[in-house]
Amino acid sequence: MNNNEPRLPNGLDEFSMTTASKQYSNIGRAWYRFSRNYAAVIGLIIVCSVILMAIFAPLIAPNPEHAGSFVNFRARHLAPSWEHWMGTDNVGRDIFSRVIFGYQVSLALVVGVLSLSVPIGVLLGIVAAYAGGWVEQTIMRFNDMLLAVPPLALALAITSILEPSLINAMIAISFLWWNWHCRLIYQLAKSIVTEDFVEAAKLSGASHWHIITKEILPNCVAAISVKTTLDAGFVILFGATLSFLGLGVQPPTPDLGTMVSTGSNYLPEYWWEAIMPGLAILYIILGFNLLGDGLRDFFDVEV
Amino acid sequence: METLYYLSIRASRLLLVFIGLSIIIFVIARLVPGDPARISLGPLATQEQVTELREKMGLDKPLVSQYGQYVYNLFQGDMGESTLTNRPVLTDLQQALPATLELVIVAVMFTAIIGLPLGLFAAYRPNGWLDQVTRVTSLVGVVTPSFLLAIILQLMASMNWFDLPVTERISSNLDAMPSYTGLLLIDSLINVRFDVFIDSFQHLLLPAFALSAAGIAQVMRITRSSMIEFSHRDHVDTLRACGVPQKLIHFKYLLRLSTAAPLTILGLEFASLIGNAFVVEMVFSWPGVASYGVRSILHKDFNAVVGVVLISGVFFIVANLVIDFIIGLIDPRITQKGK
Repeated sequence: MNNNEPRLPNGLDEFSMTTASKQYSNIGRAWYRFSRNYAAVIGLIIVCSVILMAIFAPLIAPNPEHAGSFVNFRARHLAPSWEHWMGTDNVGRDIFSRVIFGYQVSLALVVGVLSLSVPIGVLLGIVAAYAGGWVEQTIMRFNDMLLAVPPLALALAITSILEPSLINAMIAISFLWWNWHCRLIYQLAKSIVTEDFVEAAKLSGASHWHIITKEILPNCVAAISVKTTLDAGFVILFGATLSFLGLGVQPPTPDLGTMVSTGSNYLPEYWWEAIMPGLAILYIILGFNLLGDGLRDFFDVEV
Repeated sequence: METLYYLSIRASRLLLVFIGLSIIIFVIARLVPGDPARISLGPLATQEQVTELREKMGLDKPLVSQYGQYVYNLFQGDMGESTLTNRPVLTDLQQALPATLELVIVAVMFTAIIGLPLGLFAAYRPNGWLDQVTRVTSLVGVVTPSFLLAIILQLMASMNWFDLPVTERISSNLDAMPSYTGLLLIDSLINVRFDVFIDSFQHLLLPAFALSAAGIAQVMRITRSSMIEFSHRDHVDTLRACGVPQKLIHFKYLLRLSTAAPLTILGLEFASLIGNAFVVEMVFSWPGVASYGVRSILHKDFNAVVGVVLISGVFFIVANLVIDFIIGLIDPRITQKGK
């Protein structure tokens, strides 16, 4: 979004130039520059709102007991109203409450997948670029191989073999996800390993581990953080797709994808049962995307 | 000649990828907990029956020789028997493949036909109204799950916003016709049956659109940014300095330069397209490979699972070869790079 605006060097901006007399901390200045990008700020607000909702779910949800296998047939298929903001589902549970608890599951999935796949992908990417030779060939050809499989097909195969559950969905998605990080960081690290400071470290006798973690890795942090933020949204999308097909989190745990899939049986009369959880998924993916795009402009990195 | 050389290098690399892929899939499929022979026969079968079927399926041999046997059979067109339908997997796939192929091809055509021009016009005036509109649409396109879009489209059809069919490939009241390719659009033209052509096209519209939305958004974005990037190159500035009209520069010289990037993206999009096809086929009851795949996964029918994953891998690889070829035609510099 900021691409067309003239950018001043060294993170300076018009504000810090014009009010140079005032002392601003780096964080304050960074925040100022970030907050000029309205789309990114909206993204940040969305992501924060979802995280807060997930953490304080039992306090915020109007009917926390509806998160489990609660049944109230008298209140089934109620349209959205003041009492039930998103209506009620086929056994009379408040959809809004279930969406809030569903966010817990979605975020757990994101945290699980990214904390498994990002370190592995980043480490392998740097190692491939740094080691070269047969190590590089092995890692990158294996990577090519995984890229040739439609991810959903492979994830479906893995989850079905492991029995569908949250943990297994995490494992399946991580298995597919690390290679994108690996590829990105590999390309980045490939250009860094030839830099003089890496040579200098080698000459001064630094260990491989030191060079990888202290010389190369810090130069990849911006790209990693942008990619991870953008990925968070797509992991949620992917997880929701898995559970929509019945291969993700199993009921009665509230899961947004499963809710859409169950709700779609009651179309078109009770449209809110599928559409509302669907929009909830869209909301969180939108948030991570806007935030990720904003961070990309902020750090000015290609991912 | 150079193009051929370039393509053969790509093809040989993809062959390696394919071999590796088949190993991964095979190993994964054989790790199934629970005995596939037992699952296929049901809980009432005796132990002898199970042992007999295990021997027949080759499950008692070591994994390596099982793989060897599988590849050997594969080259003879035998992918094993589906434990769910009790028919050869290949026959099942042959039946399901044309439906998926038709859906995916039409979706890709949508992606190219809608995505490229929108990106093109959006880049004509950066930050103009059209650019703003396409920016928001592409964001929505990227973040909307395809199953949500599919459901919304179905809902809109059921509320009579538009009169389009939402399930199956063809209306059941039409007379049968001889099938040559399995692709209804082409078969109907061969048989000069325009009623079938129109009917099947109407059936295709909604699923194909639901499938292509994410791709349209991606292609639109990439085309736009690629056009804007190239518009500041020296030779383009030279054209401008020589007084060549902006329209001509934009739609002739820049267009050719900037189509390589979106085409590459289109190739990569194939992977997610095939993935999304699973969902879209489920929602629209489309009798394709994906619905077959999901069904066989849920029933732990592993010959069928391996077949489906392999076929989608092959599909992806072939699609990327075709796209590489097209890119080579548009931008000959790329084919030279390999040397």
